[in-house]
Amino acid sequence: MVENILELKDITKSFGQTQVLRGISLSIQKGEFITFLGSSGCGKTTTLRIIAGLESPDSGSVLLGGEDVTAVQPNKRDVNTIFQNYALFPHMNVYQNIAYSLKLRHVPKDEIKRRVGDMLELVQLPGYERRMPIELSGGQRQRVAIARAVINNPSVLLLDEPLGALDLQLRRQMQQELKKLQKRLGITFIYITHDQEEAINMSDRIVVMNEGRFEQIGTPGEIYDHPKTSFVARFIGTANIFSGQVKRIEGGLAEIETPDGLCCAAAGDYALREGQRVAFSVRSENMLVAKEPVEHFDLPAAVSENSYVGGMLRIAFTPRAGEPIVSSKHGIHANIGLGERVNLYWKPENAVFVDMQEADA
Amino acid sequence: MKKVKNYNWALVLPIYAFTILFVLIPLIYIVVLSLLRKDILWGVTNEFTLQNYRKMFDPVYLRTFADSLGLAFGTTVITVLMGYPFGYFMAKLAPKRRAFVMLLVVVPFWTNALVRIYGWMIILRAKGVLNHLLMSLGLIDTPLKILYTYGAVLLGMVYSLLPFMILPVYTSVEKMDWSLVEAARDLGANAAQAFLTVTLKLTLPGVLSGFVLVFVPSIGLFFISDLLGGGKIMLVGNLIKNQLMQARDWPFGAALSVVMMIMTFAIIFLYRKLTHSSDLEEFF
Repeated sequence: MVENILELKDITKSFGQTQVLRGISLSIQKGEFITFLGSSGCGKTTTLRIIAGLESPDSGSVLLGGEDVTAVQPNKRDVNTIFQNYALFPHMNVYQNIAYSLKLRHVPKDEIKRRVGDMLELVQLPGYERRMPIELSGGQRQRVAIARAVINNPSVLLLDEPLGALDLQLRRQMQQELKKLQKRLGITFIYITHDQEEAINMSDRIVVMNEGRFEQIGTPGEIYDHPKTSFVARFIGTANIFSGQVKRIEGGLAEIETPDGLCCAAAGDYALREGQRVAFSVRSENMLVAKEPVEHFDLPAAVSENSYVGGMLRIAFTPRAGEPIVSSKHGIHANIGLGERVNLYWKPENAVFVDMQEADA
Repeated sequence: MKKVKNYNWALVLPIYAFTILFVLIPLIYIVVLSLLRKDILWGVTNEFTLQNYRKMFDPVYLRTFADSLGLAFGTTVITVLMGYPFGYFMAKLAPKRRAFVMLLVVVPFWTNALVRIYGWMIILRAKGVLNHLLMSLGLIDTPLKILYTYGAVLLGMVYSLLPFMILPVYTSVEKMDWSLVEAARDLGANAAQAFLTVTLKLTLPGVLSGFVLVFVPSIGLFFISDLLGGGKIMLVGNLIKNQLMQARDWPFGAALSVVMMIMTFAIIFLYRKLTHSSDLEEFF
């Protein structure tokens, strides 16, 4: 049986007139690396603070190890947090910062000394005991914050955009280290980020949040390849969203009439009806280009933009209805010039239906 | 390229002139005066002596110093106990309310301090507002003697100097990074432990500023003990005033002033040593 270390049940929270969380529920398993992904203001930090006990929900409950801790003070919860700005105590040195929670629990002095030493070893900062936080670099402060939070072996570690303040190279390195640390300690990590790449690299499961709701919960693969909503499709990677009306269903393929022209998508598990209004997403890397007409498709467009983004060639097309369509390719496709008229298509299985009602599935 | 002449020094010149004329020269004058022998009737002779300083070791004067320091210390302790919670909660108010409370704290400064102390005399005297109120409530039968007591002087001191504790405490609490308190709570501290190990430690510079801002003037505020103590409570400030105005012993008054200045400098020096900062200036 899988043990649920943490459960959120139908949590809502408002600040004044603003509803920040609109009823979220989630079960997290022991040892899982779970990431809350969303843009700022989506409620991810509030969710984390409710789990930590720094904020109390208006309704709903938080269960930690099967026990309802909704009304329990933060100091009585077996949860520790790594804050966005690290929140290292400026008046204490590295040793005192890391030892803080042990001192509060009246752990014997020699045991504190040994455990702090082990922690500094773990985060690769041995010999830094007497430094003050102000004397450390961003990456070093980050490590001290980690050591301070995990010294108590919490059952859940909460990380609020812990790498946000670091430069790209250090970020990558710390991502690897955090992932390794999580495997080694076996602690459940709940990680907050607005960086989709970070979420995909590190997580066992990703929770995509939008306006106080969970849009989709799934493995990075599920989230990327099978976004359930147009929001998720747009938020992760570059997706083109089409909407239109099912014209014909034949042999598992649906021909869909959109304002841009005729498109084709594999119906998959969906029981589609002719005449039904649908929306679907096609990732930019799955967008193909042909000079000749393609079967099941009638999607002419003109090349409007050619640019390199992150080692990929990004081509924007203007179709009939005007909303640009984006395709990205590895390498250089010099045979497509600006203004050239082409036909767009994709493999039918690369079109993923989004925003479908549960009843349609 | 032609060198541009810099006339910035000209802008600072008036400040130097002012400081030298009104601070440095009087200071030298006082120090020199304190080393001269008093003339029999009035003024000084040209004879240098340490007599004025020796005179301070007379038990009567030592007693005055002890009383002054005791009262200053008592005043400071009470203002810390009242001013810290006040400044703390004031900093945690919503901005609009905070501005209003701030106004209440500074409003008394718009009136002359002497006038405000006369106000207290009206409240505290035998047939005053306070006794009237207590009697009409039936709490007492005969008027209490409040005015012209040590308590009245202490009250006046605390009343006058409380804002100087509230404001620096408020400033340091307002600068607090509350995520540190959350971190402490998260790491297992209850509310009281988090306050003692984090909030209090980090706002201590404010308390120390307040300590200096209250302690130093309370040694010298002579008019409060004159008015509310009825001249019965002799503080260093009163002593200096008496030497200059009544006893006409200017050299002794000057010597007392020099000693008081040295005490003040010692406290400020200690403060700097303790806090490694000079942010006291922003309140002066």
